[in-house]
Amino acid sequence: MIGNIGFGILIITLVTAIFGIGAALYGGLKNSPRWVESARLAMLLTFPLLSLVAVALIILLVTGQYQYEFVYGVTSNSMPLYLKITALWGGQAGSLVFWSWLLSAFVSAVTLRKWERDQEFLPWVIVVALVTVAFFLVMIVFFENPFNRFWFSPSGQMAAMFQPAGGVLINPPDGNGLNPLLRHPGMVIHPPMLYLGFVSFVVPYAFGIAALVTGRTDDRWIRVTRRWTLVAWLFLSLGLVLGSRWAYDVLGWGGYWAWDPVEIAAFMPWLSGTAFLHSVMIQEKRGLFKRWNMILIIITYSLVIFGTFLTRSGVLSSVHAFAQSAIGPLFFGFIGISFIISLALLLHRWNSLRSEGHMTSLLSRESLFLLNNLLFICILAICFWGVIYPLISELLTGEKVTFGPIWYERNTGPLFAGLLFLMGVAPLSAWGHSTIKTLGRALWKPAAFSLVILVAVFALGVRNWAALLGFWLVGFTISITLYEYGRGVWARHRRTDENLLVSFWNLAARYRRRYGGYIIHLGVVLMALGIIGIELFQVETQGTLRRGETLTLSNYSIRYDSLAEFDTPDGKNVARAVVTVSKNGRPMGELYPRRDYYYESQQPMTIPGVRSTMEDDLYVLLVDWKPISADGATFKVYHNPLVNWLWVGGFIFILGTMVAAWPDKDPQPARRKVNRRAVAASKA
Amino acid sequence: MKKNRWIWITLLLSLAAVVMSVRPAEAQTPFPPVSDDEVNAVAKEMYCPVCENIPLDVCPTQACAQWRELIRLKLSEGWSEGQIKEYFANQYGDRVLEEPPRRGLHWLVYILPPTFFIIGLVIVWRVFRTSRKGAALPGAPVETISPAEESDVLRRIEEDLQRRERDS
Repeated sequence: MIGNIGFGILIITLVTAIFGIGAALYGGLKNSPRWVESARLAMLLTFPLLSLVAVALIILLVTGQYQYEFVYGVTSNSMPLYLKITALWGGQAGSLVFWSWLLSAFVSAVTLRKWERDQEFLPWVIVVALVTVAFFLVMIVFFENPFNRFWFSPSGQMAAMFQPAGGVLINPPDGNGLNPLLRHPGMVIHPPMLYLGFVSFVVPYAFGIAALVTGRTDDRWIRVTRRWTLVAWLFLSLGLVLGSRWAYDVLGWGGYWAWDPVEIAAFMPWLSGTAFLHSVMIQEKRGLFKRWNMILIIITYSLVIFGTFLTRSGVLSSVHAFAQSAIGPLFFGFIGISFIISLALLLHRWNSLRSEGHMTSLLSRESLFLLNNLLFICILAICFWGVIYPLISELLTGEKVTFGPIWYERNTGPLFAGLLFLMGVAPLSAWGHSTIKTLGRALWKPAAFSLVILVAVFALGVRNWAALLGFWLVGFTISITLYEYGRGVWARHRRTDENLLVSFWNLAARYRRRYGGYIIHLGVVLMALGIIGIELFQVETQGTLRRGETLTLSNYSIRYDSLAEFDTPDGKNVARAVVTVSKNGRPMGELYPRRDYYYESQQPMTIPGVRSTMEDDLYVLLVDWKPISADGATFKVYHNPLVNWLWVGGFIFILGTMVAAWPDKDPQPARRKVNRRAVAASKA
Repeated sequence: MKKNRWIWITLLLSLAAVVMSVRPAEAQTPFPPVSDDEVNAVAKEMYCPVCENIPLDVCPTQACAQWRELIRLKLSEGWSEGQIKEYFANQYGDRVLEEPPRRGLHWLVYILPPTFFIIGLVIVWRVFRTSRKGAALPGAPVETISPAEESDVLRRIEEDLQRRERDS
């Protein structure tokens, strides 16, 4: 019953979205505000409607209605309530519903903003947003219906929405259970964050297209969507950081980022989005790169859909799986058509998107931002090539190939180093014009300090040239960022009674964009420190130990004490080892690496035992053990120097993005008050 | 008794055959035992032939455990890392390698990334040059922001604070 209601509402939502598209198109073309208003209300309506669909699905999940194929696939009786709810995004059909629901939330929120100054954008924003919503709804309704039930029909067992002729409903007593890998708290939050990032990039794209359609190609669309873009970027960044943390905690290979195509699918829109965030500043300040900004937002939107396509169409496992999947070609068609239409509109307005200003100096901030864009786009192109080439190779030669971290790191490493350098230099260069002399004057003190850091690192015994360069870049950029921020704080502190911390806070609160940006840079640099640590200094060892024996790595040793195997009430078998960690011969406590085996899904999961400090992580995995005697066990041990700076940097990075995206107080009401007072006074 | 004698002869001959077969094998293993770390060093640079993008050294499947043992065996027989990789690539295809081999169409994988950068650099240079030419044209607006104004925010902070002091 609930399933039927859910499906019915899904159909109503699709019809509403299609009506909204038609009404907005008609209203926009005929300049009819009534039709546009009707379309706006239709767009607003998609959110409550899809909320009901999501609630219906959650009710089915929570109450264990295993006759539904989706519910059967992602839940089981033994799962706790919170996991039954979050199982909504644990499978294909549910995650598409969740995606659409978030998208409708964002586009509905857009309809609630003040539109007085941007009325001409409204119908076209609605068209773009609702076309995206409708596309996902079509996929759900016709290809990935979460309300399909199991039937036993004369032709065999099948999953279908409606009862087949002679079909009998199958009602299994228990479900398959959620993939154990997805039961980690990080994985519970990670997909919603990524989806939020993805869907919120639809908003700036919709405004960009609206600007192209209406011909209002000044920087208004950029100003309107600046905060939306930052919010999208915030969620995407949060999703990426949480995903990395999840990989580190759960996947059991001692790392945080494997350059897996699924990871890259989320990273690509982040790269183009980051380039866009920098590039729009040039348009705002100098009237340059209007065309480029349009291209960037079109690319970002296409990559958002492409990312979902990569992870949902089965194309990554094989191009043949993609061809056989129902949604793969549909996705492909949608990306192609939306990309071509966007480019056609861009070409149509090409001349009106001419730059208003000029670049005069190679060292000006706009030039450095242009270089920053080049680096981001090159990294993006490399990632895209690494993801797409295996498909090309399989298509042309029938041979699959793999792109491991070594290929990505060799190609992108120098570009990331270039970005770190620019991150330090660019904030000190001036808009319009900068010379070596002016830039040198601003740079020399922090640059000199960074050299001191380099010497200190060398004195500590680091001889790896890549590490030395990396540490110098980190020192250089941190010195400049702190120096710049410090100058502001000091200037404020000198003239007020505020202490330095309050000045620090107030400065960020008053000039959010600039100081939010500095905090973001600081976060990125600290993340870079963690990345250098784990990428260049990680060491590992593996060995089989009898009880009481030890394994040594760097200045650590682990002693195998005991192992216990037991079943838990939530349907898994746990093998848990106890090891004692010593550092330089001094006991540092126990770790409990374990292997969980989920009976329902017959999947094992390796949970590391980790000793974490800001200096390093000792990461111990239980690889194997002798089940009968429990006498010998194999452990893999990683020593990951500095890795926690990655998470600290990630936290600061997110904090900085929040500072930059925090809404300003609207100055208009204050002005209105003044005006009203003035009117009242004049009347009096 | 005669029957027993034949049984003894058969047993002795079998034992001799076993000893004969074992001795040459012992003689053929002059290599030291291969450690897990040596196996992992090779497996780390290879991928599971059946899973999606999982390095062989960390893949938890039984099949990968057997492949790691195969690497151990090959190392113990004195095979080099390159030979082992080649063997696996011949057996399971190039997807087991951590990057495509440098041959044929796969050369594109190595040529294109630096080409992207060079093309990008050329485009950026042309954009810059065209834009600078525009600035140099007579009548073009001369937009210069002096280096002093570069610390624009600091100036604004000072102004803000001064205003605050005046107001208070």
